[in-house]
Amino acid sequence: MSYYVPVIVLGGLAAFFAIFSLVMGALSGPKRWNRAKLEAYECGIEPTRQPAGIRFPVKYYLTAMLFIVFDIEIIFLYPWAVAFDRLGVFGLVEMVTFVATVLVAYAYVWRRGGLEWD
Amino acid sequence: MTGSLAATLVRPAMALTTLPAVGAQHAAWLLLAFPAFGAIVLLLGGKRTNAWGHLLGVAMALGAFVVGVLAFVQMLGYPASQRSRDLHLYSWIPVAHFQVSIGLLLDPLSICFVLLITGVGSLIHIYAIGYMSHDPERRRFFGYLNLFITAMLLLVLSDNYVGLYAGWEGVGLASYLLIGFWQYKPSAAVAAKKAFIANRVGDVGLSLAIMAMFATFGSVSFTGVFGAVGGASHGVTTAIGLLLLLGATGKSAQLPLQSWLLDAMEGPTPVSALIHAATMVTAGVYLIVRSAPIFNLAPDARLAVAIVGAVTLLFGAIIGCAKDDIKKALAGSTMSQIGYMMLAAGLGPIGYALAIAHLLAHGFFKAGLFLGAGSIKHSMNDEVDMRRFGGLATVMKITFVTFGFAYLAIIGIPPFSGFFTKDPIIDAAYSRGGVSGALLGTAALLGAGITAFYMTRIMLMTFTGKRRWEDAAHPHEVGPVMTSPMIILAIGSLGAGGFLMISNRLINFLAPVVGTPPLSHGFFTPLSFLSLALVVVGGALAWAMYGRREVPVTAPHGNPITVAARKDLYGDAFNESVLMRPGQWLARLSVFFDNRGVDGLVNTLAATLGGTSGRMRKVQTGFVRSYALSMLVGAVLLIGALLLVRL
Amino acid sequence: MTGSFAALAPVIPTPHIEYGQLSPMLLVFGAAIVGVLVEAFAPRSLRRSLHLALTLGSLAGAFVLTIVIATSSTLFAGGSAGHIAAMGAVAVDRPTLFIQGTILVLAFISVLLIAESSHDVSAFAAQAAAVPGSPEEREGLLAGISHTEVYPLTLFAIGGMLLFPASNDLLTMFVALEVLSLPLYLLSGLARRRRLLSQEAAMKYFLLGAFSSAFFLFGIAMLYGFSGSVKLGAIAAAASGNTASSVLLYAGIALIGVGLLFKIGAVPFQSWKPDVYQGSPTPVTALMASCTLVSAFGALLRVFYVAFGQLTWDWRPAMWAVAIVTMLGGAIIAITQTDVKRLLAYSSIAQAGYILTGVIAATTAGLSSSMFYLAAYGIATIGAFAIVTLIRDPGGEAGHLSSWAGLGKRSPLVAGTFAFFLIAFAGIPLTSGFSSKFAVFQAAAASGGLPLVIIGVISSAIIAFPYVRVIVLMFFSEPAPDGPIVVRPSAYTSLAVGVGVLATLVLGFIPEPLLRLAHDAAAQLFVR
Repeated sequence: MSYYVPVIVLGGLAAFFAIFSLVMGALSGPKRWNRAKLEAYECGIEPTRQPAGIRFPVKYYLTAMLFIVFDIEIIFLYPWAVAFDRLGVFGLVEMVTFVATVLVAYAYVWRRGGLEWD
Repeated sequence: MTGSLAATLVRPAMALTTLPAVGAQHAAWLLLAFPAFGAIVLLLGGKRTNAWGHLLGVAMALGAFVVGVLAFVQMLGYPASQRSRDLHLYSWIPVAHFQVSIGLLLDPLSICFVLLITGVGSLIHIYAIGYMSHDPERRRFFGYLNLFITAMLLLVLSDNYVGLYAGWEGVGLASYLLIGFWQYKPSAAVAAKKAFIANRVGDVGLSLAIMAMFATFGSVSFTGVFGAVGGASHGVTTAIGLLLLLGATGKSAQLPLQSWLLDAMEGPTPVSALIHAATMVTAGVYLIVRSAPIFNLAPDARLAVAIVGAVTLLFGAIIGCAKDDIKKALAGSTMSQIGYMMLAAGLGPIGYALAIAHLLAHGFFKAGLFLGAGSIKHSMNDEVDMRRFGGLATVMKITFVTFGFAYLAIIGIPPFSGFFTKDPIIDAAYSRGGVSGALLGTAALLGAGITAFYMTRIMLMTFTGKRRWEDAAHPHEVGPVMTSPMIILAIGSLGAGGFLMISNRLINFLAPVVGTPPLSHGFFTPLSFLSLALVVVGGALAWAMYGRREVPVTAPHGNPITVAARKDLYGDAFNESVLMRPGQWLARLSVFFDNRGVDGLVNTLAATLGGTSGRMRKVQTGFVRSYALSMLVGAVLLIGALLLVRL
Repeated sequence: MTGSFAALAPVIPTPHIEYGQLSPMLLVFGAAIVGVLVEAFAPRSLRRSLHLALTLGSLAGAFVLTIVIATSSTLFAGGSAGHIAAMGAVAVDRPTLFIQGTILVLAFISVLLIAESSHDVSAFAAQAAAVPGSPEEREGLLAGISHTEVYPLTLFAIGGMLLFPASNDLLTMFVALEVLSLPLYLLSGLARRRRLLSQEAAMKYFLLGAFSSAFFLFGIAMLYGFSGSVKLGAIAAAASGNTASSVLLYAGIALIGVGLLFKIGAVPFQSWKPDVYQGSPTPVTALMASCTLVSAFGALLRVFYVAFGQLTWDWRPAMWAVAIVTMLGGAIIAITQTDVKRLLAYSSIAQAGYILTGVIAATTAGLSSSMFYLAAYGIATIGAFAIVTLIRDPGGEAGHLSSWAGLGKRSPLVAGTFAFFLIAFAGIPLTSGFSSKFAVFQAAAASGGLPLVIIGVISSAIIAFPYVRVIVLMFFSEPAPDGPIVVRPSAYTSLAVGVGVLATLVLGFIPEPLLRLAHDAAAQLFVR
């Protein structure tokens, strides 16, 4: 049970902070309501409603996702880079396999036009 | 004499020792191969085989009959204790813990059935050449008939319960195909479905019985099960016995699964004669008698068998009294006669051989009755309403005489068959003693009187009195290809019972398998005179109602009993109101189900299940959120269940 | 600096990978990667034939390799149950090899269906990204193009299916689960006709699959918390030695169970199955109904026999309940189905319940009979779905049962074959359906599951009703005047149907060879 004491303490602190902030904010802050303030918070800009069923370009998301995918693949190179000398030939072979696999995915994206903006 | 006392007097059955088959019996696999070959050629051969298909079908049935006779002759050459011969065909599932082999068991019990199935089967094949001569699909019909013969022979010849079950399902399938043979008649399709479903319910019983045997005895072969059954507890044998009974009620149209047989008359008449009178419907009796070593140790299950038989024999007889459709009247009679057999089988060792004797005799006279009905129907533009018959004795002389022989046999006038096989059953029921014996015996005795009534009614309405034919009907005697089987069956109706029963011929023959019952009292006992007197009363009553008076063409309203009997004693209505109505409106949710006509479809379970199904179907909303919620609830329940176990 | 760093860092033992023993999986994954390259570089006209050769060739090759491994004298020398390869991540033992061999055979047949392109081009969309009903979609259809990505996707899924039952630790198993699931989510959205239904199916499958993966992952966390390891053997050791914080253990079992039961479609985790089976392209449905089921059952068997093998008495009651509701639920809801693919989906749910009775036995007989059942059912179900692809109306496949009326008159062979498969599913003797049901029920009854067997038999009697209704509809009803057409199958579909019929017959008449193979494979259970 003693293992869980720090977890419980941390949870308690978090709950306390959340409740404390909300209560203090409500008690101490000035209350001047307007429409913008009652909206869901979105970068401080009043949201504009999108017409239903409209298509919006997916390119941005695609590019962003491709970046994240390849970026995260690179992370796997770090542990190997730190200990490559002790992993020896085995490590090299495995890493080359890994990079080659990512390269195949890259080739597919490239050939099928995933990297073209238009 | 009480049942338990009777059991102690019985010499134990010797079926446990089987020897390998040799000689002609070694070729017993041909029994299955001939009709199977016929079925394959006729069903896969297509239209090419139209010209000679029916001849091949007949030849295959006759071939099987010849093999059966040879095997029988060889068997007679053996001493009584060595007549059980096993022909191992191949190991179906021979894996360590799990042994099932396909083998044929030739013993006095199975050979009786082989001769009945192939003999009567061949006659009906020949008859069907004439009966189906105008049908464009005659070849397919013979293919199905051969398929049926194969499956039925597998059922009776298997040396284990799994093989028996395979045959059991096979005859169900063939029966289903043949009832629905005239699929352009919607009533035929509905009847086929009803038969299938009633049989499925029965099959559950049989398959559970087999599973229970496997779980308890570790074997499903007859030798394995019967060898180990002595060590089983009373509860286990009773449970297996009751499950076997459930299986038997489905196949043999006994209460409470009787309702499909009347509808099954939608099939062509040779089918009614072969499958729904002479052979398949008696499979339940075979199952009970074959499982004699189990039932010997389960007196409660045996009593249940006897009660089911007694109730059904009255139930069927009463239905037979009120039906105007000649085939349905005969179907009621079939139910009733199988009730006699079940009653006999339920009496235990004293009755097993009697059940088989009545079954064989019934095979002849009931097939004869159906073929007679078929030839009338054939010559009268498919008319089956007896109120439209009358005065046929003069125009269809051969049919009249052969039908008359079968009539005298079924009501039990000496020296015809029924007298020798039915009266001993009544006698045996009374000899059981106690209240149950008196009740069972009285039921059987009353049944004999009612049988005489409805059979006389059929005779009078069909063959005597004024001609009430439709204008288009021109009844005439049918051709020799149809009359000759009827004549042979008529001879059987006359002689089979006496041949089998006098000097205990069949009883001694079957003794190695089912044990020897105590000696009977002979045939002309006071009880048999009482039974004959009741037969005369029943016949006279029928004559007073249908012979002396004019039969109206439209059925009169009738008294409440008649009305009830016309409606199959409310068998369907009961099912409908108790089991179907509550679920029906829910079942209607399903458009498809509704379109197909739930009312006609089946009476009982289907609609209830359909209702439940419709209700449960609503859970499938199509919304991912509700699916996820159901998964979450399921997960919580699963966690709860696992944690609960630990508490 | 460097010296102290080297001193602090623990010595890393060089991992050892048994490439030979893993070769079937490596071959399939390798072929999938080559397939991506084909997709990237080969001209469109060549792609399909290249993919087909690659896919079928690699599956056949992997099957041969599986047999070579299974018959290897060194791996099973001295009565060894098998070997745990790849640093404890992958188990190579006889049951696994049997299951992998089954998956490869079933996958081969399913790929034949996927490759079918003679009638109405193919089952797959021209451009998955095009909005249904849009001009782009019509353009793609007219150009006759179709997504050849289905082949590498299928190979990735099959690779995952091979790894799933072989995983010896829960993390590998989770990775395999995702590798097999993600391509299937995509594939199920690629139907050429009824695009919206297909996309809805893909979305539902993805959301619910992700939900179930979360359960699975949570279960792994619980079990790691309990035992300090994700290895199945270590969990088993911890479970048999320790009863202290058993809440973690039992919650872990339940949550892992949810993840696996979802994949096999047991009630109450079955809700995706009818919708996804109906919406997916039928060849993909065939793949899911056969290979995925086999793979998921393989994993379920391994986890419950190896990791929780000591706790049989603890998980049995809960699994009993699941098996009972699965058998009854699947059978009862099947009665009112009006779409043939949904009917087959509910049939598959009920069948999963029957197989569960074998799993619950937790004996060698239970293992061998379950494996036999999976092989027999898998082949038959592919055949049944292959028939479904042949019955077509202008909108694609004629799924609604009302349009199947009178099919027996129009095309007796096709209707007869479908009726034969239904009879096999109903468990009528002398078909594989009977021998396999008999085997699992026998195993269940032998280990105290007689009530389960009773419910199983009742359930199979109930589910015979809808099957019979379809048969009656096909043979005893008048065909509708504007009924569907029965297309003439090409060699691919004919082969799939033919193999299905033949296997169903042979396994009904002579189940012995395969049953013995399964029995021998299961003799020592899984390697620990």
